[in-house]
Amino acid sequence: MTGRLLSIFLILAAGAAAYLLFPYNLAFLTRILIMIVLVLSLDLILGLAGIATLGQAAMYGAGAYAAGLFAIHVWADPVAGLLAGAVAGALLAAVSGAVLMRTQGLTLIMLTIAVAQICAEIANRARGVTGGADGLRGIRPGKVLGLWEFDFIGITGYWYAFAVMLLVFLALAIIARSPFGLSLRGIHESPERMVAIGVSVYRRRLAAYTMGGAIAGIAGALSAQITQLVSLESFSFTLSAEALIMLILGGTGRLYGAILGTVIFMAVHHVAAANDPFNWLFVIGALVLVVVFFLPRGLVALPVSLKRLAKGGRHAGT
Amino acid sequence: MQGLEVRGLSKRFGGLVVSEDIDFDLPPGARKALIGPNGAGKSTFANLVTGILAPTGGSIRFDGQDIAALDEAERVKHGIAKTFQITTLFSGLTVRENLRLPVLERQGQGGRLFRRADSDPKIEAEVEALLAQFDLLALADRPVVDLAYGQQRLVEMALTLALKPRVLILDEPAAGVPSSETHLIIEAIERLPEDLAVLVIEHDMDLVFRVARSIVVLVQGRILTEGTPEEIARNAQVRELYLGGAHG
Repeated sequence: MTGRLLSIFLILAAGAAAYLLFPYNLAFLTRILIMIVLVLSLDLILGLAGIATLGQAAMYGAGAYAAGLFAIHVWADPVAGLLAGAVAGALLAAVSGAVLMRTQGLTLIMLTIAVAQICAEIANRARGVTGGADGLRGIRPGKVLGLWEFDFIGITGYWYAFAVMLLVFLALAIIARSPFGLSLRGIHESPERMVAIGVSVYRRRLAAYTMGGAIAGIAGALSAQITQLVSLESFSFTLSAEALIMLILGGTGRLYGAILGTVIFMAVHHVAAANDPFNWLFVIGALVLVVVFFLPRGLVALPVSLKRLAKGGRHAGT
Repeated sequence: MQGLEVRGLSKRFGGLVVSEDIDFDLPPGARKALIGPNGAGKSTFANLVTGILAPTGGSIRFDGQDIAALDEAERVKHGIAKTFQITTLFSGLTVRENLRLPVLERQGQGGRLFRRADSDPKIEAEVEALLAQFDLLALADRPVVDLAYGQQRLVEMALTLALKPRVLILDEPAAGVPSSETHLIIEAIERLPEDLAVLVIEHDMDLVFRVARSIVVLVQGRILTEGTPEEIARNAQVRELYLGGAHG
């Protein structure tokens, strides 16, 4: 319990520090928070349950469009919009997962890509509803909890996204330690064994995929409300792939990895792209190579690895 | 009748007959061994009983109920469990977590979200008892992948026993275990609950003769003979076919 309080405190402190240190970059910081939510959803299904996917953007996009349309046509309340996004993400994950979760490996990866592409094409064709390639415009979210209006500097947006990210993080921290979370780790380690202890692996994986879809939908909804725009890019392969790289950078299966990887990827991207708009990808590529080669368990494992290195050095010296 | 009752069981893969007309009983408390040369169909028989394979013909009854139509997971819930011939554990999880998983699932708590996996004292007590029964307490918090192979085989048995089966099929429990550690496996089998029906499939004759009270000999998918260890040891046909070959 003290460990959890400490982690809440650390995240809060980091959030406040970022807010105070970069007051003119709130839009960028908010973008990071939204990506963290998406990468956390990926950590649940890939890191914990071992479900390989390159199509998490499908649920993100579904949540974004659902929240946008909900705000325009039904109700502008942001929290209700988040729920709409979560439901849309969960529904898409449950329906597509009903087929996808029967497959694994390369087949599964290809199918997850296909689902996101189909969603993008539907959104593109349904111009009348989604605005097609022009994007969905005219989203005017109301006050958060009826108290805080979205301001043009982005203060409300930042703290709103921060609160949602923290809640998602805590919910996943609880789920990761629950019997359900343990069973997902079991499925990751050995699906054959899980069947042999009487578990329907298919149903468990589908449940995890649906939860991951709901969280990705929340991330999409956040993005729709804060940027007040949803574009076809929400479904893009690039988004799915970048989320995966962030997770691998940070370390899969541990929730801190999702936060750390996202922050570092986005920060490096931000700085490198500002310095050299054409070759910034090279920096990201080099970073990923270094991490995969030297820290296969991700950047969260860095302290342990350094400790081991220091010990090894001392042994070598004596 | 109580226990497992197999009648006329057969399995064909195309034209290849791997099990033919097998009659087999395993009442509560039985200690039977299934032996036979390589390719005799021992593992196929085990897979038919546990539902990994569907039979081509015959019936499988458990406590009088026809279970042939149930799948593997459903048969586990009815109390029929099998260890894996090749150790199949959750290798990144600790020994304790490996045992906690099946106990949680058996209690129907495996899908719970909002409580810690280790928070139920009844389940934890059961996990501790299993650890003690298989002498694994000292290793409980080590990842399984760090254990010696003989110890992993013990975890394999403990994991299966955590399902509280009434029929336990041990598929080559000592396979790959160095002979210096075989005694661990034999002792573990000897400590199994009295009323459990146990079927051992094994090549290690030392182990078979130590634990089995009755031995079934399978050759080319058919039962050649069944008898006490003494009868099997004296049987000329078995000696020629199997023991003779094995011991030169």
